[in-house]
Amino acid sequence: MHEMGIASSILEGVATEMRRRPGCRPLKVGVRIGEMAGIDPESLRFAFDALILDTELQGLGLDVEYRPPRARCRECAREFDVHNFELLCPGCASQNAECISGDELEFAYLEVEDHEPCAAGRKSPE
Amino acid sequence: MNRVPLEGKVLNENARVAAELRERFRQHQVFVLNIISSPGSGKTTLLERTLESWPQTQRVAVLTGDIQTENDADRLKRYGFPVKQITTGGTCHLDARMIEKHISEWDLERLDLLIIENVGNLVCPSSYDLGEAAKIVLLSVTEGEDKPLKYPSIFFKSELLVLTKTDLLPYVPFDVPAAVTNARRVHPAMEIVRVSCLTGNGMREWLTWLEHRKGAFLTELAQSVAEVG
Repeated sequence: MHEMGIASSILEGVATEMRRRPGCRPLKVGVRIGEMAGIDPESLRFAFDALILDTELQGLGLDVEYRPPRARCRECAREFDVHNFELLCPGCASQNAECISGDELEFAYLEVEDHEPCAAGRKSPE
Repeated sequence: MNRVPLEGKVLNENARVAAELRERFRQHQVFVLNIISSPGSGKTTLLERTLESWPQTQRVAVLTGDIQTENDADRLKRYGFPVKQITTGGTCHLDARMIEKHISEWDLERLDLLIIENVGNLVCPSSYDLGEAAKIVLLSVTEGEDKPLKYPSIFFKSELLVLTKTDLLPYVPFDVPAAVTNARRVHPAMEIVRVSCLTGNGMREWLTWLEHRKGAFLTELAQSVAEVG
């Protein structure tokens, strides 16, 4: 239900980045979402497409990397993905593990049409 | 085509305001609790019993969120503590801006504890940081014991699970051990208290948890000040 607000925030992030690249056209935005963030990727996609319909951003792609939570074993320090809430270390079979991520909701990348004015607006590697 | 890395959180604006709020709460040593549950799990009733049992010398304030009506604030104001209603007008969660706006008239220096009662919803409030020190979640025994598995996000992020309406256990098929197992599958370190606001059973455990957690917040605050100093 709050995916519309999230989609709107993603588009604000795209708009902010594009102001630094005048004349360019964004093609796709990538975001990382943890399973524990409470975001439904399908609802997010629906809201995203609804918001860009008939705007200059129509056609902008949304790439969601939906990530399982990560845990760290307290016995052997191994880090592993958690599936179905099973905190079982694949290294030493210990169940003594703690979650270290899983609720992220972050930008990953933006793909823009590559032509001269864009390259000029690109940040220098330094 | 040119791919450029983008950094930062999607809810950047909320994260920024929440970080500012958290810093203010720390400066004024106000312990802030964000209470989340489904509609009807008993958040307001738990707060009524909590405020009722507290001496007036406690420096507590409550922000209570709902989509419409001032009903919850009217219920909570009877106990003599400062209470403000946040009506979201349709929004399914509270965000950091709403908190910032509604505490603007309060002198944080005169508060020790701020309790935020979120909008009844197990999904959306879990995504919005309000600058709180801790989130807690309520689950009533008239709901399903599999709720932690259906709504893992909020159980993952909450420090405490309050099982409410336990006086109804003889009349409903709620399986307490299964609920506890499910909550701990999502969040192994989760603390759990069982409360009946009707009989008062478990209220002492809940108030003890609150006092201890507030104390831990102040201890952590003193340590971080000492490290900086």
